[in-house]
Amino acid sequence: MLLIVGTVPEADFPLIEGETVLAGPHILVADREIPVNRGTAALLAAAAATLDHFGKPAPLACLAGDIGTGGGSRLLYEHLVRMLPRRQLGVICFHYLQPEVDWHNRVLFALQEMRPKPLLIADAGFMYVAKMSGQAAAYDLFTPDAGELAFLADETAPHPFYTRGFILHEDHKVPDLITRAYAHRNASRYLLVKGGTDYLADCRGIWATVAEPRVEALEPIGGTGDTLTGIAAGLATAGFELRAAARLAAKTNRVAGLLALPTPATQVGEIIEQIPRALAEVVSGER
Amino acid sequence: MAFWPFRKRGRPRAAAPPTGDRGILVFSHTSEVIRAEKALTAAGWQIRVMGPPPEIQSGCDLVIEFPIIEELQILRVLEQHRLSPLEVVPVSGPLLTPVDLFQVKDFGRFLMVRAANMKLTVDKDTRIIVNVSGGGCPDVPYLARELVGRPLDQAPRPRDLGHTLCGYALELAFQEMINRCS
Repeated sequence: MLLIVGTVPEADFPLIEGETVLAGPHILVADREIPVNRGTAALLAAAAATLDHFGKPAPLACLAGDIGTGGGSRLLYEHLVRMLPRRQLGVICFHYLQPEVDWHNRVLFALQEMRPKPLLIADAGFMYVAKMSGQAAAYDLFTPDAGELAFLADETAPHPFYTRGFILHEDHKVPDLITRAYAHRNASRYLLVKGGTDYLADCRGIWATVAEPRVEALEPIGGTGDTLTGIAAGLATAGFELRAAARLAAKTNRVAGLLALPTPATQVGEIIEQIPRALAEVVSGER
Repeated sequence: MAFWPFRKRGRPRAAAPPTGDRGILVFSHTSEVIRAEKALTAAGWQIRVMGPPPEIQSGCDLVIEFPIIEELQILRVLEQHRLSPLEVVPVSGPLLTPVDLFQVKDFGRFLMVRAANMKLTVDKDTRIIVNVSGGGCPDVPYLARELVGRPLDQAPRPRDLGHTLCGYALELAFQEMINRCS
C-alpha cells in the first residue's frame, strides 16, 4: 500500500486521510473534492492513475490545508508521529510540507518503529527538511530539479533560496552536483534529477539517463515534477524495483507530456490525463 | 527486511535544539531587538534572543533566532512594526546571502524566469502569467493558484501573499520578469 503525505492550498482544509479516487479534473479523498492543478493533488492523481493502470489499490492520502503558515503541516507531522508506528505500508511518499527539522526528526523516529521498513520517497518541502536535518540518507528516493540538486549539493544552505552562487551556477554540471551531494551525505539512496535530461544516480555515480522524448515545453509547467514523483511512487508500489520504477517514471512522464501536445501555458491536468496511455507505451516497450 | 541506516538515540526532545531550519535577524540597536522580540512573540512565533555568532560583524550585541523558512512572513510582521533588520542570515551559514542569479529561458511567445528553485512563465503577448513551477514550501501551490491566469501588472505580489523562502524566491523571479517585460 502507498501512503502519500502532503498539503492542499486551503487555509481551512482539515486533516483527512482516505483512499484517492480519480474524478476527472479532481480527486476525491474522504469525500472532499480537490482540483489536481498542481502540488500534492497532482502527485496523488499521477500515482492513482499509475496504480489503476496495473489494477492495484488506489493510494492512501494524508492531507491537511496549508498556505505556507505551517499550521496544516504541523497537524500532519503530529498525526504521522502518532499513527506511523502502528501501520504497515509498502511505500510512503512525502511531499509539500513546511520544513521543520524538529518535527521531521520525530517523524523519522516514528518511521523507525515500522516493521517492515517502508520505501521512503521525498520531494518538495519534505525533501528539503530531510536534507536540513542531516538525515537524507535515511530516504530511498529524492526527486530534485537542477535548482534543488544545487541545494542538496551545498552543505551549508538551509533552503534553495540560500544556495551559494558558485554551486548554483553549475546548472549544466549535474553529475558534479550529484557527486557533491553524496559526498556530504545530503542525498537519498537513489536520486532522480529531473530536467532536460533526467539523471538517475546513487552514491557510486550516475547509472542511467533519460533524455527522450525531449519536450522543452514541460519545464515551465507547474506540477510536472509532482507527476514524475507520483508515477515513480506508483510504480514502486505496483511491484517494480525502485531503480526500475524511477527510470520508467522518467520515461513515462516525458511520454505523457509529449502526448498532451504541450505549450508553456499547458496545465498539468492535461498531462495527467495521458498517463495511462504513456504507461501502456513505455511499459509494453520494456517487455 | 531492510534496515534503517541510522539509530535512534534517546528521545528526540532530549537532543539539542535543531538549528538547520533557523535564521538570525540582526538589528542596529538593542531597543529594536526588544521591540522585534515583542512583536514576533505576540504573533505566535517561537524565537530566541541570543548573542551573535562570530561571523556577524554588524549590528548590536543581541540577535533574534527564528524559523528561517518563514522569513517572508516574519519580515512582513516586522515591517508592520516599522522594524527593518540590518541582515537576515541562516544559522547554518551566517555569511550566506539570498540567490542573485536568474536563469532566463525564451520559448518564443513565452518567457520563463527562474530564481533559485522557483520558475515563473509569462505570455509575452498578453503579459499573462501562464505557469508557476518548482518550489517545495506549502505556499507555492497557493501562490500559483492566485497568480496563474492574471496579467503581470494585475497579479498579487508573492511578497504580499507568500509566507516562506519559496515565496520569497518567487518574488525575486516576479520582479525580474517585470524588469524584463517593461
